Amino acid sequence: MVQALILTGFGINCEEEFAAAYRLAGAEPTIVHLNQVLHGQVSIHDFDILNFPGGFSFGDDLGSGVVLANKLRYRQTSAAGRTLLDDIKRFIADGKFVLGICNGFQVLVKLGLLPNLGGDVTPEVTLTHNASGRYEDRWVTLRVNPLSNTPFLKGIDKLEVPVRHGEGRLVVPNDLVRQAIEASGLNCLSYIDANGDGTSTYPFNPNGADLNCAGLTDPTGQVFGLMPHPEAFLSAYNHPDWARRRRAGWLSEEGEGLQIFQNIVEHLQGSTLLSNEISRRVSQG
Amino acid sequence: MTDNTLLLSLKPGQHDGDGQRLAEAAQRHLGLRTGRVRSLAAYTVRYPLSEAQVLDFAQQCLADPVLHDVQLGLPTAAAGFASYILVARRPGVTDDEGTSAQNALADFLNEPLDVHTQHIFSKKLYLLENELPADDLRRLAEELLGNKLINWLETGRVADGLRDYTPRPGGGAEAVTEIISLTGLSDAELVKLSKDNIYALNLEEMQAVRAYFAAAETQAERQAAGLPADPTDCELEIIAQTWSEHCKHKEFAALIKYKDLETGAEKQIDGLFKTYIKDATAEVDRQLRANGNDWLIKVFSDNAGAVRINADSLFVWKVETHNSPSAIDPYGGAITGILGNNRDPLATGIGGARLLFNTNVLCFGNPEYDGPLLTGQLHPRRILEGVRKGIEDGGNKSGVPTVNGAIVFDDRYRGKPLVYCGTGAVMPMQFAGKDSWEKLIDAGDRIIMAGGRVGKDGIHGATFSSIELDETAPATAVQIGSPITQKLAMDFLLLAARQGLLKCSTDNGAGGLSSSVGELAGISGGAVVELEKVPLKYPGLRPWEIFVSESQERFTLVVEPARQAALFALAAEMEVELTDIGYFTNDGQLEVKFDGQPVAKLALDFLHDGVPRKVLEAEWQRPAATEPEIAPIEDYSATLALLLGSLNICSRESVIRQYDHEVKGRTIVKPLMGATGQAPQDAAVVRFNFESYEGVAVSNGILPRFGDLDAYHMSAGAFDEAVRQIIAVGGKLPNLTPGDGNFWSVNDNFCVPDSVYDPTSNPDGKYKLAQLVRMCEALRDATAAYCIPLTSGKDSMKNDFKADGVKISVPPTVLYSMTAKMDDVRRAVTSDFKQEGDVVYLLGETYDELGGSEFYQLCGALGANVPKVNFAKAKELYTLVGEANDQQLIQSCHDLSDGGLAVALAEATFGYGCGAEIELPETELPLATQLFSESHSRFVATVAPEDVVAFESILGERATRLGRVTGSGRLQVRHAGRVVIEAGTDDLRFTWSHGAVNQLLGVNQLTMNNAQ
Repeated sequence: MVQALILTGFGINCEEEFAAAYRLAGAEPTIVHLNQVLHGQVSIHDFDILNFPGGFSFGDDLGSGVVLANKLRYRQTSAAGRTLLDDIKRFIADGKFVLGICNGFQVLVKLGLLPNLGGDVTPEVTLTHNASGRYEDRWVTLRVNPLSNTPFLKGIDKLEVPVRHGEGRLVVPNDLVRQAIEASGLNCLSYIDANGDGTSTYPFNPNGADLNCAGLTDPTGQVFGLMPHPEAFLSAYNHPDWARRRRAGWLSEEGEGLQIFQNIVEHLQGSTLLSNEISRRVSQG
Repeated sequence: MTDNTLLLSLKPGQHDGDGQRLAEAAQRHLGLRTGRVRSLAAYTVRYPLSEAQVLDFAQQCLADPVLHDVQLGLPTAAAGFASYILVARRPGVTDDEGTSAQNALADFLNEPLDVHTQHIFSKKLYLLENELPADDLRRLAEELLGNKLINWLETGRVADGLRDYTPRPGGGAEAVTEIISLTGLSDAELVKLSKDNIYALNLEEMQAVRAYFAAAETQAERQAAGLPADPTDCELEIIAQTWSEHCKHKEFAALIKYKDLETGAEKQIDGLFKTYIKDATAEVDRQLRANGNDWLIKVFSDNAGAVRINADSLFVWKVETHNSPSAIDPYGGAITGILGNNRDPLATGIGGARLLFNTNVLCFGNPEYDGPLLTGQLHPRRILEGVRKGIEDGGNKSGVPTVNGAIVFDDRYRGKPLVYCGTGAVMPMQFAGKDSWEKLIDAGDRIIMAGGRVGKDGIHGATFSSIELDETAPATAVQIGSPITQKLAMDFLLLAARQGLLKCSTDNGAGGLSSSVGELAGISGGAVVELEKVPLKYPGLRPWEIFVSESQERFTLVVEPARQAALFALAAEMEVELTDIGYFTNDGQLEVKFDGQPVAKLALDFLHDGVPRKVLEAEWQRPAATEPEIAPIEDYSATLALLLGSLNICSRESVIRQYDHEVKGRTIVKPLMGATGQAPQDAAVVRFNFESYEGVAVSNGILPRFGDLDAYHMSAGAFDEAVRQIIAVGGKLPNLTPGDGNFWSVNDNFCVPDSVYDPTSNPDGKYKLAQLVRMCEALRDATAAYCIPLTSGKDSMKNDFKADGVKISVPPTVLYSMTAKMDDVRRAVTSDFKQEGDVVYLLGETYDELGGSEFYQLCGALGANVPKVNFAKAKELYTLVGEANDQQLIQSCHDLSDGGLAVALAEATFGYGCGAEIELPETELPLATQLFSESHSRFVATVAPEDVVAFESILGERATRLGRVTGSGRLQVRHAGRVVIEAGTDDLRFTWSHGAVNQLLGVNQLTMNNAQ
């Protein structure tokens, strides 16, 4: 079974719906306090997908995701001076997957795991205060970039999801970085308007993000982060217009957000050996 | 050790939203032209590091490489800027951002850092282009950027050099306990002593305290314990906190002599709480149990009430107010209100419930109020903005969805706002084999304090909130909540309970340790507390201060000695500080020591039962009221538009969207729904988990306007409003069938002005108390009629603001917050019209009841005919609606409230823009009454054409067919052959969504899209 590790603690607060998403998608989720990983009680390498849920890690102080990213980058987990970021790099090099939503996305960006154009895990872009200067909870519509290679988004064209953040405005510092992101389709999700076009207009684009961008992947497509919350749309009854849509004859009680989790679970089931199977084989000698 | 101040400024070209908003707000609210404003973040590091190390830390950890430049030290000059404002915190004020920076520093250095001592202090610096006069700069700082009770504000000309400020809290430890003699004091001196020390005890109470200490038995006990004959400061403080109105509800327990001046009838009421709340609920419980409905598990006896959801879990639910702190520091007051209320369900029974939702009801003065402000009074707009922000941070940062709420405006709330915070939670029936809702304690169990440390913040909160607010309100009565500290403690509590490590727990709220340990000691029969062990934020607190401090985010845990090691290990892993501060006994005494020396010893029976009962007088006289003469007009379209845009009806979207209403992914009916996301709903619906579709509906009923006509009908109406909101979303009344398990759980929250008669300071006190009595009578009648139990509640008795010889009192207000089980949340019904062709009905009856209505208010009248609830008819209708919902016959349902039928019809079009053609029946009622009467127990519902026969056969004559839903996008209402309302539904929605609230608090779309 696909093993999903979901980190929590220090103000992360979307771990339960994250776990529900994987359960509904047929994987086995494990929620673990970050300290259990940092203190070596749990190894990320026993899992197939590493997940950073949304929330307010360290209260969003110093900028959202900053203090958590700092902990992963600097806190030494062993006498040898190894950090969790070192382990995450190995995890990705092993062909495994990393997903960050909202605050989790912010952590991946502040760490430099996204977009990671240079491959050296150095911050290249940032996420900061919405142009409105305020936190907002509202539903938006996203378009998947056809150039994107990430298995998370396979087969999805459009997606409705809620955003719930105050610091989701992607800032790309210069044209060079912007072009590199666009050329590889790393800007995998964009906010669109009622006509289906990418938009910088509030409230369709709720934060004023550069490239109208709601989510990024790294060049391998293994690391994926987004500001909106697909894990908050696991059931069709999460949608604000569910009652009318059902009356109009909808097709499924599943929420659109679930597809992302089904995609990655399916991809993992179909592609390589899963972590627990590897370890089982290793232990069986 | 030198302080190093780091400054983070935005790189050229980066959008400075903070700076821009300050410039806009200065212009808009204060008429000040600042010119360009630049905002900078500052951090002062007081830790043994070299300048180079500090700079390296800033560059690696604090600064965003894309956004920020870093410099060391405040600038000596700033080209292009003439004035500055530095916003720092006063000593001891919670500085979460500084603490997080310390966390980052510890990780960066990879060395342990005492994160409970403040080493890093966060500040904000604003540079202003224009040179503003000193007074204007000060005003700008105090009204837009900080609160002088909690912030240190430096302002001035850049040319004169920038002054920095870093707090230096506390002096040396002060193990000083003073003796306060009550012997021989005159009555006046006793009263003065109480007032000077903010004991908030009256003469009789002070006399009772003196008598206790003078008693031979007490003296013998004290001598044996090594305590002086006279009380210590700590003892008087403990009594004052425990006996405070806030904690003891003395007025709800008082004997009341009630006289009805209309009829001449007199009666004695043996306590409002006992007569109208406790006994009424006991009667409801009898009826429920007689019918096999035994889901009422815990009422009135713990931090929150509990009802059974199913065989495995309990629903725990509490609503409280936090009014006084919100009046003087709106942000701090609201955030501590919400975090404090979260701790109630969290620490019910054993503790460790999982929080499911928050709901908030707020009452403010008109935010556009332009009259004079009294000394110490904040402008209603500031209170609104501060409270809103407090609720945003308190809820969002805790990961608890704010699923609904209400905002009521009335200028009488401009002195003291009302801030009601509610929290629902789910708890397993058992933790490690023990009943989760039980609070059991034995002698020998340890007292463990968990969470935040203790400072001077919040000293006297309980007593302070029990008196009228005036300009001398103490700064220490304010606390700033730390959601992150509480989140860590909450995560820990959840695990500790599930691992069976807790015997029970309670929260530290009003009265601090003195209240929490004092209450728990009542269970085992005594306790010993060793105060020197309590971890402090900074030195300089006296023992009594440590014991009564209301520093936030703290729980008191009860732990068996054998489980202590495992509990402490778990806490260390989760970075939650635990301290063993004493143990429980069974000798009937609450004993407090400091370094082995006794500082207090009080008999628990005196502490809990020794307060003298008050005797109060109430006199009811119906207020004189007349119906206005309002000439009928031909077309009410403009009237409808005015109502939709009016302060109490218009959209609150700008507020609602700043609250996370769907974290946890379980919110099924949110405050705003429909394709537009702008259709207002009646009750929220939340499912309990992802494994089943069981859930709960949540509603709030509050109607203070009607209290000006008759407090009985105001209270009855508010109760009915909360019930009908739940019926509207598809809830069913309880106890309709044997053993249906359909729980309901109500919190009542009374907020009234001082209702104790005093010939000079409160001459109409008897009338105010009679209003309260009538509110309670209505509550009793309502619970009995619907068979809906009260499970918890609160009363706040002194909602007056006094300054400069003026008193501003709130209107008597009661909020009923209700929850009811939904067997299947997929059966929920939303308020908006769904489909063209559906038939529109009015359910229930309209009466000539425009008294206190929004329509009359628009006409500048109050009227006389207050809406009255006919409980029997209402119950019958709600039962029928439930039957129709069982057969899924209702497509939309919206309860009628402010603005009556016309407003409800308009709101129902907001979800998708469907129109409607409505034909009002020709009855004896004038047209305006049909359109705008606020008669209770009514709904607008729609039914699919194919279900009309079945629907009408159930509802019979309780349903009046009004017309049908159209695809035209227009709302047309006809009466007697004429069109009386005709409007585009988009226009109506525009008017509603561009009312005063969104104008004031909404996103300035133009500025924003230009900024990009």
